[in-house]
Amino acid sequence: MSEGIGAPVKRKEDKRFLTGKGKYTDDIRMENQAYAAFVRSPHAHARVKAIHKATAEGMPGVEAVLDGHQLTGDGIGNIICGWAITSKDGSPMNMGAWSALATEYVRYVGDAVAVVIADSKEEAQEAALAVEVDYEELPVAAHIDAALAGDAPQIHENAPGNVVYDWEIGERDATEAALASAAHVTEMDITNNRLSPNPMETRAAIATFDEAEDHYTLYTTSQNPHVARLVLSAFYAVAPEHKLRVIAPDVGGGFGSKIYIYPEEIACLWASMKTKRSVKWTGDRTEAFLTDAHGRDHVTRARMGFDGDGKIVGFQISTKANFGAYMSLFSSAVPTYLYATLLSGTYNIPNIYCEVLGVYTNTVPVDAYRGAGRPEASYVVERMVETAAREMGRDPADLRNINFVREFPHQTPVIMNYDSGDFEGNMRQAMEAADWAGFAARKAEAAGRGKLRGIGMSCYIEACGIAPSQAVGSLGAGVGLWESAEVRVNPVGTIEVLTGSHSHGQGHETTFAQVVAERFGVPLDSIQIVHGDTDKVQFGMGTYGSRSGPVGLSAIVKACDKVEVKVRQIAAHLLECEADDLVIEDSQVKLPGTNKALGWHEVGLAAYTAHNLPADMEPGLKEGAFYDPENFTFPMGCFIAEVEVDPDTGKTEIVKFVASDDFGVIINPLIVEGQVHGGIAQGVGQAMLEEVVYDATGQQLSASYMDYAMPRADDLPSFVVAHHNTRCTTNPLGIKGCGEAGAIGSPPAIINAITDAIGNNDLSMPATPSKVWGLMQSAKIAAE
Amino acid sequence: MTTVSMTVNGKAVTAEVEDRTLLVDFIREHLRLTGTHVGCDTSQCGACVVHVDGKAMKSCTMLAAQADGAAVTTIEGVANGDLHPMQKAFNDNHGLQCGFCTPGMVMSGIDMVNRYKAEGKTLDEAAIRHELEGNICRCTGYHNIVKSISQAAGEM
Repeated sequence: MSEGIGAPVKRKEDKRFLTGKGKYTDDIRMENQAYAAFVRSPHAHARVKAIHKATAEGMPGVEAVLDGHQLTGDGIGNIICGWAITSKDGSPMNMGAWSALATEYVRYVGDAVAVVIADSKEEAQEAALAVEVDYEELPVAAHIDAALAGDAPQIHENAPGNVVYDWEIGERDATEAALASAAHVTEMDITNNRLSPNPMETRAAIATFDEAEDHYTLYTTSQNPHVARLVLSAFYAVAPEHKLRVIAPDVGGGFGSKIYIYPEEIACLWASMKTKRSVKWTGDRTEAFLTDAHGRDHVTRARMGFDGDGKIVGFQISTKANFGAYMSLFSSAVPTYLYATLLSGTYNIPNIYCEVLGVYTNTVPVDAYRGAGRPEASYVVERMVETAAREMGRDPADLRNINFVREFPHQTPVIMNYDSGDFEGNMRQAMEAADWAGFAARKAEAAGRGKLRGIGMSCYIEACGIAPSQAVGSLGAGVGLWESAEVRVNPVGTIEVLTGSHSHGQGHETTFAQVVAERFGVPLDSIQIVHGDTDKVQFGMGTYGSRSGPVGLSAIVKACDKVEVKVRQIAAHLLECEADDLVIEDSQVKLPGTNKALGWHEVGLAAYTAHNLPADMEPGLKEGAFYDPENFTFPMGCFIAEVEVDPDTGKTEIVKFVASDDFGVIINPLIVEGQVHGGIAQGVGQAMLEEVVYDATGQQLSASYMDYAMPRADDLPSFVVAHHNTRCTTNPLGIKGCGEAGAIGSPPAIINAITDAIGNNDLSMPATPSKVWGLMQSAKIAAE
Repeated sequence: MTTVSMTVNGKAVTAEVEDRTLLVDFIREHLRLTGTHVGCDTSQCGACVVHVDGKAMKSCTMLAAQADGAAVTTIEGVANGDLHPMQKAFNDNHGLQCGFCTPGMVMSGIDMVNRYKAEGKTLDEAAIRHELEGNICRCTGYHNIVKSISQAAGEM
């Protein structure tokens, strides 16, 4: 069976995970290791008057109790946000200072004020409880509305009214005019519920300071170890870049939450220097809820106008986005360039205007979580279109179809330029797989059993392959978003691929190897993918935004191109033929029609012995490449959910879920479908189960698995996953990316299905049984 | 302090531990068998599932002292040379992504197949999904975990 592109190869990395031999950060133990425990604020907003450390310092095993004044005194810098957004009036965003350990003020429950370093985890935790902090409690704004109220407390001095920015995109006047002249306007208030990413491995770090070499090593749960090293060096000044090695070993899921550099990693590095010991911290699940960046949390008012034929003429969106208490690394870009730029959806919309108000609240920072802005956009667009169809008495599939983009490239009014797709083909395939035509009969049958059956569709599009560096630079990004690769052919012909991407569940060790195996006709087992260690791998940007396929693999292809040129030159020299006439396959470099051939390993050996190379050729066979994408990629698809609601309890059962996606060229369908399954589960979680809840005092009421409803196996059906792929035109392999699609496309499909079942569009996520039941009762009462 | 003795993956171990030491901490920190994971602090996620005297147990839910005299099997002790049919089924069906919940899933999977076989019951998809209520996975959406356990049930 083929091991190359398109083959459902079983994962190479599975064996170590299945036998308990994976190596996650918490599995690592250093010599002379101490443990860190953080003293965290129990208040959502308070002034720190005094920190009493003496009792804790005298407790058994305690090495040090360190606070924010010591941290800033040692020159450790504030945590930064790496994307500068400019408000409507041209002013820069208002960013408040964020110290890894708070000094004067705490701004959310869980904000760290001190760290205890002790011999054992238990001793550190007990001593942390003995650190007494005098707080002066301050008024709290735990929600967007509270933060924007006239009497709201000021969370950061330099953000008047708690506004981070007031941003806009598109044409306001043209959109207003289009709406004014529309035959029908659909208006909705749409909330995108706040979520906690919840990778199963909590964040962890082990920092070691080597005094003799003045050098630091950090093992950490990161999706992007080089970015972590850069930021730790350039902004937090923990150590210069060449004196800091960051290793992200096996990482147990990320979903965005492990992109950022958090206070704990900074504190562990600094404490390792202060105490001259390795300092280890592993967060528990409660800490994860309290300190991992949350996702979503938008409140939106939207208006979509249609002409008499059902064509969309204008779309106006006004969104308030919650940033929490501090601006996390990519947070500012999420509700702007990752959200508003996707508000054209899969449709031809001539006029779009979106304004976004970024708001500070006394909650955990909010940043990118699987999909990051694109699920919020897809939810707004797909609920609006569906609701409009119902209001106008049109078939929702037909209304979508007459508005689909059909010609490519397609320039939307909100920056994005779609390169490819067959939106109708995708929808038709999903409708067939869902037996859309047979729904009426199934609904009638369900009614006979006393159940309300509904069907809902979502035709999402997203932007992946993040991102063309010059384009994002012009929009305010502080980094370029290219990727790097190095391909090393060893003297015996085996191959190491060093990639700047990072795998934390995505299966790169298999898919990346498949591409190289096919390219050089060598066995999959002869290829090793190396990632996650800044001492081994050249600078790379890491894994998020479904970029490892379209960007990371493109860099590998580019490096392979260079290797191939040299392989051909060496073989042509040795075989005395033209380089272009050679064929590379079956572990050989051969001249077709002759018996002239060299084994792949013989070319490798020739490169390294260098006894007989072409004139002026350097020895060795190793090439590096940086790939900067020319455009985003645009995965899209159609999801259809069919549900049954029990009117007596409000409980919803997903009877069928169909996903038909366009991911461009697929390397490994087994892995791609796994990504879709997982994404859909997170989307269903958002739609029906999950919500981070804060009370008015800023206490998080959902900070454990007893309180936050993670999707479990019996909450979900098996999924029907299909593909209708069109090749991406802007990268060498034609890949679009698949990591986030499931989470982006599924929430509106589910909510559209439930609202169809209960005949009420006024449903918000998560659609819990009590909420669905309550809505049905209110409708009943209103009707009486 | 308490002295505990048990058999772990067929090997006799004795150690002195603090009274409050959880079985999972004993396994991870004292025995350095790090395949058993901790994913939560409320006994909900199941990443720490091991077998105690042949039954699936969340090792974060019991003290090491409570396992005194018991035979404990962890993920490291499941394969006998080749992968166990449950481990192989997870590889065959892409039943794992980041791998963190996987040891608990495999241990729960083996336990449920054994129980259903012993009771002569059919382990269909609905039963597998119901039985997995104590194991949380954030990556796979359970689709391929269910397939994996189903395959292994036919092979074990």
